[in-house]
Amino acid sequence: MAKPTASLHKKQSMIGWAFLMPATLLIVAMNFIPMLQALILSFQSGIGNNLNWSGISNYIRLAGDSTFRTALINNFVYLIIQVPIMLILAIILAVLLNSKDLKLKGLWRTAIFLPCCTALVSYSIIFKTLFAYDGYINTILLNLGLLHERVNWLGNTSTAKIILILALIWRWTGYNMVFFLAGLQNIDESLYEAAKIDGAGPVKRFFTITMPLLRPTLLLTTIMSINGTLQLFDESVNLTAGGPANSTLTMSHYIYKAMFEYNPQFGYAAAMSYVIFILVAVLSFIQMKVGDKR
Amino acid sequence: MKRLRLAVTYLILAVASFLSVFPLYWMIAASTNNSTDVLAGKLTFSTNLLANVTKLFAQQDVGRAFANSVFYSVILCALSLAVCSIAGYGFEIFHDKIKDCLMSVLLLAMMVPFAATLIPLFRMFTAVGLQSTWLAYVLPTLSTPFLIMLFRQSARSFPTEIVDAARIDGLNEFVIFVRVFVPTMKSTYAAATTVTFMNAWNSYLWPKVIMMSDKSQTMPMLVANLSSGFSIDYGVLMLGVLICSLPTGILFLILQKNFANGVVGAVKG
Repeated sequence: MAKPTASLHKKQSMIGWAFLMPATLLIVAMNFIPMLQALILSFQSGIGNNLNWSGISNYIRLAGDSTFRTALINNFVYLIIQVPIMLILAIILAVLLNSKDLKLKGLWRTAIFLPCCTALVSYSIIFKTLFAYDGYINTILLNLGLLHERVNWLGNTSTAKIILILALIWRWTGYNMVFFLAGLQNIDESLYEAAKIDGAGPVKRFFTITMPLLRPTLLLTTIMSINGTLQLFDESVNLTAGGPANSTLTMSHYIYKAMFEYNPQFGYAAAMSYVIFILVAVLSFIQMKVGDKR
Repeated sequence: MKRLRLAVTYLILAVASFLSVFPLYWMIAASTNNSTDVLAGKLTFSTNLLANVTKLFAQQDVGRAFANSVFYSVILCALSLAVCSIAGYGFEIFHDKIKDCLMSVLLLAMMVPFAATLIPLFRMFTAVGLQSTWLAYVLPTLSTPFLIMLFRQSARSFPTEIVDAARIDGLNEFVIFVRVFVPTMKSTYAAATTVTFMNAWNSYLWPKVIMMSDKSQTMPMLVANLSSGFSIDYGVLMLGVLICSLPTGILFLILQKNFANGVVGAVKG
């Protein structure tokens, strides 16, 4: 009797392997192998497909590349300013949407999520047009008397960054809000009732019940946002074209430029991409550690 | 006090909704106006839509770009759902130590930024002459750890007794998956469709790199080209943006209930 069950198990295990093999092979071929190739490539230099071993020269060049430094700093400015504002807004909106006696919930939720339906290219262009020198925002602010003359929003290094951050917040707040809403719906209502009986006010209930129980969701959305912010590309290309004076250029955009706009320097671009990879990996790792402990 | 709090809630939600919807309303209104009116800040609908449509279609091969985007996104979405759902099901229903371990390795791929694989993928696809083909569009993002995890999570909540009963009935494992699992997991499939289709449709960096021929241009690429000219017709541009946003917008409005439910499933895990 032992033998047939063992072989049945074996057969089932084999079927399981057959089920998961296509997906696994694709991830290996499209993610892991390219990752290794990029690592090898980052130690080579040359133009186009004409590559030679060059040790760590790409990384040394990277350390002295002021444009890369600018792009790196830009990415971190977006990360440090945009991600917290967006997540706090998303939590506030989710909590408000979750209030018991709120009417028209579906309408509010749909309206706030709607920006996520736009293609990244599309909303970049909408914001570019709205904030153009002769665009709608300038016109309306002039008409309202809030401005004396048109502001070159996207032509000024600091305002261009702010517009890009505003655009990102507009596009992604609703998306993150849906995750928090889902997290909130998993919290047992009786916890709040008990806290109320103990005399805890709404603020205290938020910080002692809601926030701790939302921690897994917060971790998920933070990792997704950090990951997304470090990989920004479409917005930098289409909203500001990286300018003015590289003030909004992102790392992915610079990699793209190194690959296709200047002489194609695959090795150098690969070295840059590894810096992003390590940053994403380290930040995600720290996030998971911090998220686990508390 | 309670009434005041509710009033503030409504106020904040109204402002947030307005800010969210206004740029989209503006885009739609602008697509019915001529360029001068758009810049002058006109917010009402006008009668210039047909003229804009004529101009846009004369300037750009919108029909082809739209058809391309639909074709690539539908194929990518369908294959992605098929491959990842069967994998997620396999990882959960037939799980053992090695398979669990493999799953955690695959999850590491979530951390790989696209820029890092971009260059080798580009060289890989051009080396075998697959640039500008649907395969090049589809293959790199066909299998994602996120989707596999989503379906693995939903397979976890799937009662094993049903699988066992089907086995006793003599159904083979693949038939059980197709006839028993798939129909009961409609909301997970709906959520996965929303996310996958949106990503597929909105994809820009990879197509910009690999879809080199004019014939293989996609909608986002076309819209990006429209906006980079020297004399931009804003009415026409906004019409392009609108057309590019329609499929994802409609899909979301149809599937949004399921999307929210599917996300709940993902967050629980």
